[in-house]
Amino acid sequence: MTVDPAAEAALDGAVVVDVRGLRCPVPVIELARTVAATAPGSVVAVLSDDPASAADVPAWCRMRGSSYLGRTPAPDGMGGAAYLVRVG
Amino acid sequence: MTYLDAASAAPLHPVAREALLAALDDGWADPARLYGQARRARLLLDTAREAVATALGARPDEVSFTSSGTTAAHLAVLGGLAGRRRAGRGLVVSAVEHSCVLAAAEAFEADGGTVTRVGVNRLGRVDPEKFAAAAGPGTALASLMTASHEVGTTQPVYEVARALRKVAGGPVPLHVDAAQSVGRVPVDVVGLGAALLTASAHKWGGPPGVGVLVVRTGTRWRSPLPDDEREGGRVPGPTNLPGIVAAAASLQARLGEMADEAGRLSALVARIRARVAAEVPDVEVVGDGDPSGRLPHLVTLSCLYVEGEALLGELDRAGFAVSSGSSCTSSNLEPSHVLASMGVLTSGNVRISLHRDVTEADVARLLDVLPGIVERLRRTAGVPGR
Repeated sequence: MTVDPAAEAALDGAVVVDVRGLRCPVPVIELARTVAATAPGSVVAVLSDDPASAADVPAWCRMRGSSYLGRTPAPDGMGGAAYLVRVG
Repeated sequence: MTYLDAASAAPLHPVAREALLAALDDGWADPARLYGQARRARLLLDTAREAVATALGARPDEVSFTSSGTTAAHLAVLGGLAGRRRAGRGLVVSAVEHSCVLAAAEAFEADGGTVTRVGVNRLGRVDPEKFAAAAGPGTALASLMTASHEVGTTQPVYEVARALRKVAGGPVPLHVDAAQSVGRVPVDVVGLGAALLTASAHKWGGPPGVGVLVVRTGTRWRSPLPDDEREGGRVPGPTNLPGIVAAAASLQARLGEMADEAGRLSALVARIRARVAAEVPDVEVVGDGDPSGRLPHLVTLSCLYVEGEALLGELDRAGFAVSSGSSCTSSNLEPSHVLASMGVLTSGNVRISLHRDVTEADVARLLDVLPGIVERLRRTAGVPGR
């Protein structure tokens, strides 16, 4: 996975949801739970190593009115990706 | 149990069953030999080949039978590449081809070839110009399916074939995987502009174990397997003659039923698409919804917050057999490459594919239970209030 500078920049100050080790549909359920408790305009970072997240996080954003900002390797180097979402 | 997975394998057509039983008695001998029983087997094989050729707009000598649609696609792709080795070592495929075509592409790549995978739009369709632009000098072959086995969206095959004729460096031949279309909608190898075409009998109501490989006259093709004189030198080993006879008989029967049935099933698919979208919240009915842009018998939907495997299990308990492209239902835990390429939701994915025995009442029962099942699974998973 390549580093996405835009996603990298959005990581700063993001609310982190670490769902590594969990499989579809749990990452998206946890994302929805976090977003429900987060103010619009904030950024949520979903740390996931489930291959389905690459398709399902952007699809969730499209279906639920949030913006998908991209993905970049998880910042702690513990594997998986960080998927960045701006709460709509 | 209501069987709604015809895109995997359609139930055996009654005509196929009759023909299979007759051919088991009459068509067991080796058609390559010269005695009476062999001549009888030869006659059955020739007749079957002629019927399949006619159904596809091909000449009998262009049609070979294989042991499956998968084998037919492997031979088409690898043989088409081998035959054009001097033209180059490039292959262009769509990103949403059936896994058998993509596996042949990977084998070619491992052997030093170059593969370009062309992406699709949200509906699962390639852009003909973009597809043809991926070909160039050094492209030996391109491969594009008639319609998606997972989401039903049709591909602009003719437009692609036409654009491939104008590629710099010379025309590029096209392999067309027609597995989901043959026996469902009219398929004409000449009209499509295909150099190679493949299909699979158990998708149209023939028995499993019979594939079709069409190599059009003038196409450069060389077997990637050791030489064998059978099937015009294209497919090694004795053919499954009873299966072929049954496949041809059922295809002929399908041609007679096709127009009426496609209209009936397409209307049922339209009803499923509309009611699911209206009655199941947070659902994505994927692929092209326009009846002129999709197969008549297939519809796929994805549900947010739902595990595909659990959904299959609940539908199974409710008496419905369907399939899924969700990651939890695949052996490698990857979601369907088709759904991922389209950029659509992969969770809670269900493919419903209809056949001649499916009734309006079957579909009505499915539509009655589906919203409740999805709601129950979401409640169990603790999905937050929406």
